[in-house]
Amino acid sequence: MPGGLLRVVTAGSVDDGKSTLVGRLLHDAKAVLADQMTAVEVASERRGYEGADLALLVDGLRAEREQGITIDVAYRYFATANRTFILADTPGHVQYTRNTVTGASTADVAVILVDARTGVVEQTKRHLAVMSLLRVSQIALAVNKMDLVDYDEAVFDRIVTDFAAAAASLEVDHFTPIPIAALSGDNVVDRSERMAWYGGKSLLEYLEGLEIADEPDLPARFPVQVVIRPRTAEHPDYRGYAGRVEAGILRKGDAVSVLPSGRRSTVTGIDTPDGELSEARAGRSVTVRLADDIDIARGDLIAGIGDPEPASTRELSATLCWLTDKPLRAADRFRLRHTTRDVRAVVDAVESRLDIASVSPMPADELGLNDIGRVRIRLAEPIVVDSYAINRSTGAFLLVDETSGATVAAGLVR
Amino acid sequence: MTTVLRPPSDALDRAWLTDLEDEAIHIIREVLGQFERPVLLFSGGKDSIVMLHLAMKAYWPSRLPFPVMHVDTGHNFPEVIEYRDRKLADWGVKLVVASVQDAIDAGRISETPGQLRNGLQTVPLLDAITEGKFDAVLGGARRDEEKARAKERVFSVRDDFGQWDPRNQRPELWDLYNGRHRPGEHVRIFPLSNWTELDIWAYIEREGIEVPDIYFAHKREVVERDGMLLALTEFTPAREGEAIRTETVRYRTVGDATCTGAVASTATTVADIVIETAASTISERGATRADDRASEAAMEDRKRLGYF
Repeated sequence: MPGGLLRVVTAGSVDDGKSTLVGRLLHDAKAVLADQMTAVEVASERRGYEGADLALLVDGLRAEREQGITIDVAYRYFATANRTFILADTPGHVQYTRNTVTGASTADVAVILVDARTGVVEQTKRHLAVMSLLRVSQIALAVNKMDLVDYDEAVFDRIVTDFAAAAASLEVDHFTPIPIAALSGDNVVDRSERMAWYGGKSLLEYLEGLEIADEPDLPARFPVQVVIRPRTAEHPDYRGYAGRVEAGILRKGDAVSVLPSGRRSTVTGIDTPDGELSEARAGRSVTVRLADDIDIARGDLIAGIGDPEPASTRELSATLCWLTDKPLRAADRFRLRHTTRDVRAVVDAVESRLDIASVSPMPADELGLNDIGRVRIRLAEPIVVDSYAINRSTGAFLLVDETSGATVAAGLVR
Repeated sequence: MTTVLRPPSDALDRAWLTDLEDEAIHIIREVLGQFERPVLLFSGGKDSIVMLHLAMKAYWPSRLPFPVMHVDTGHNFPEVIEYRDRKLADWGVKLVVASVQDAIDAGRISETPGQLRNGLQTVPLLDAITEGKFDAVLGGARRDEEKARAKERVFSVRDDFGQWDPRNQRPELWDLYNGRHRPGEHVRIFPLSNWTELDIWAYIEREGIEVPDIYFAHKREVVERDGMLLALTEFTPAREGEAIRTETVRYRTVGDATCTGAVASTATTVADIVIETAASTISERGATRADDRASEAAMEDRKRLGYF
C-alpha cells in the first residue's frame, strides 16, 4: 500500500560482494548501530581481516561466520525518510537456491548482483529465472565492482546486453541496470562522480522511488482462516469469517460466492476491532459477515462475482521449485497446502525441467534439489485456484512431506 | 500506577504499521486454524504486550481462546508482575507460570552461584510445554533484535528436545505457514518477526497500549557494571567497591533483573520513547543485555537448546 513496506530481495553469486553491498546499504542508511559496528570490528580483527568486514553484520549463524558464506536468508530492516524496507538477503551458492526462492516469494523488488569482471554467469540466470517465475515485479541489475574495471562504460553495456538476452527468454520485459562499487559506496546511496556516463539513480534512490504496480484488477479473493463465534452475552449470535483479503477489494454490500460449494450471499459487514469498514483492500486482515446462514469453514474461499473466475479443481498443471535432496518422481504422494486448505496430493507426471544454461525447458522424469520443472498433480479434494500469473496468493501452494512435515516444494499454478 | 497515554494522533497512523498489524493478525489466526493447544509467552515486556494485544484483536469479538505463559526467573521487577496480574485479570486471560525457582527446588536444574538465570529458563519452559501438551508456542522475538534471530522462521519447528536446528529449517514461502509436526514436536510462532523496536513503540503509541512503568524515566539507585546501569534490587546488591548513585533511567527491555540494564533517559511518555528510539545509536540488546555479550553466538547457542 502507499507508504507501506517495500520488500526487497537480493541475490548474487558467491563473491559478488552481496553481503558487502547489504552492509554498505545498511551502514550508509544509518541502520547499523554503534554497538553492532563495534561487534563487527572486534570479530573482523579476531579473524585477522583488514578493516571491518560488513558481511559479518548479516551472516549471523556460527556456520556462516566460520565458513565465510551466507547459508540462510537473513532479514534486515531499515528505513529512510521516504520509505520503510524489509530486505531479504539470500545466499549465492547454488546449493542454497531454495533460500533465494524463499526470499523472492514475498518480494516486491529483486536486486540481482553481477561482478563486473565476470559478467552474467549461470547463477545469474538461475536467479533471474527464480525472480521471473515468482513474479517479483521489479528487477534491478546491480553491476558491482566497477572500480575493478576502471568504471568502464563498455563493460557495463556488455553485461546489460547479456542480461537482457537472458531476461527476454524468461519473459522479463523490463529491468533497471545500475553500475556500482559496493566497497567504496559508488552509486549505492549517493550517485558516483566516477561514472559520469551513467545518468541514472543510485540504488537506494531507485528503491525509494519505486512504484509497485498493484496486482491485476481481480474480483476479491478472501480465504477463510477461522470462523469467529463468540457466543458471549454481548455477542450471542455473532458469526464472522476471519481472514486476509488476498486480491481485489472486498466491499460491504458485494455479492459473493462461497467456493467450492458455489453458494451465493452478500457481504453485510466487514469488521475490525477498531470499527467497521466499508471496504478492505488486498492485504487487510478483517472479519466478514454474510447475509445468509450458510455452511462455511476454514479452507473455503469467499470470492467476488465476476471475471476472471477462480477454478475449483482436483487437477493442477503447475511449475515446481524442488527444495529437498530426495528427487521428485511420478506417483510420489504429499500434502498440498494452498491458502488455508490442506489436501492430499499425488504427482501424476513430471513433464519437464528448466535447463538453466540455455534457459529453456528440457524433457525430464524427475526433479532434483533446486530444479524448476513442470508437473501434473491430482488432489483428493478440490481446491479453488487462480493462475499464479494472475494472483500470487491463490496461485501458490506448498508440497509437504506427509511423515516429516517438511516443506519439499514451492508450487505455482499454471 | 497507571500511566496516562496521549491519544494516538493521525500523523502516527503510518501505513507500514497497518501492514505489520495485518501480517501479524494473519499469522496468529493461522495458529488457531492449524493447532489444537496454543500458548502465548508473556513476560510483561513490550513485545509480549504488543503480541497479546494483536492476538486479542485477531479473535475479536471472541475472547482469547488460549492461555498465556510466563517463564519466571524469580528475579522480577515488581512493577512488571503488578502489571501482569492486573491486566490479565482485566482481559480475562488465563496465566500459566513456568517457574525457574520451582525447577531448581525440584532438582530439575541446578544453579551455579553467579550464573545468569536466562539460560536456566529453557528446562522449565520445555517442562511446561510438555505438561500443558502445548503444540504451538507464540513468542514475541523479532528478527531485528539479534543476528541469530534474523535467521528464524515465523513458524519454527522444535523437536521433542525443544531444539532449534538453524541449518535444517523449512523454507517459508509467501504467506503459507507450514505448522505440520510430529507427535512430541511443537512449533514456535513469531508473529512480530518483521517488526523493529521502533515499530513496536510507534504501534504502542498508535494503539494507546498501556505498558509497565519501568519503561518510563524514573529515579532509581544503580551501580555501573560491565558498562551497564544495573538497578539495586534484592537479587542484585552492590558489589564491593561499586559506587551507588541515583540516576534518572528507564528500561528498554524487560528481562531477568540480574542481567537487564537500564539506560539514562528523560523519556516520560510513549511519544518521547518513540523519538528516543529513533535517535538511538545503540541496539536494545547491546545496551541492556549482559547475556548476549557472552560470545558472538550466545543467542544461537541458547536457541539451539530450546530457548525462545
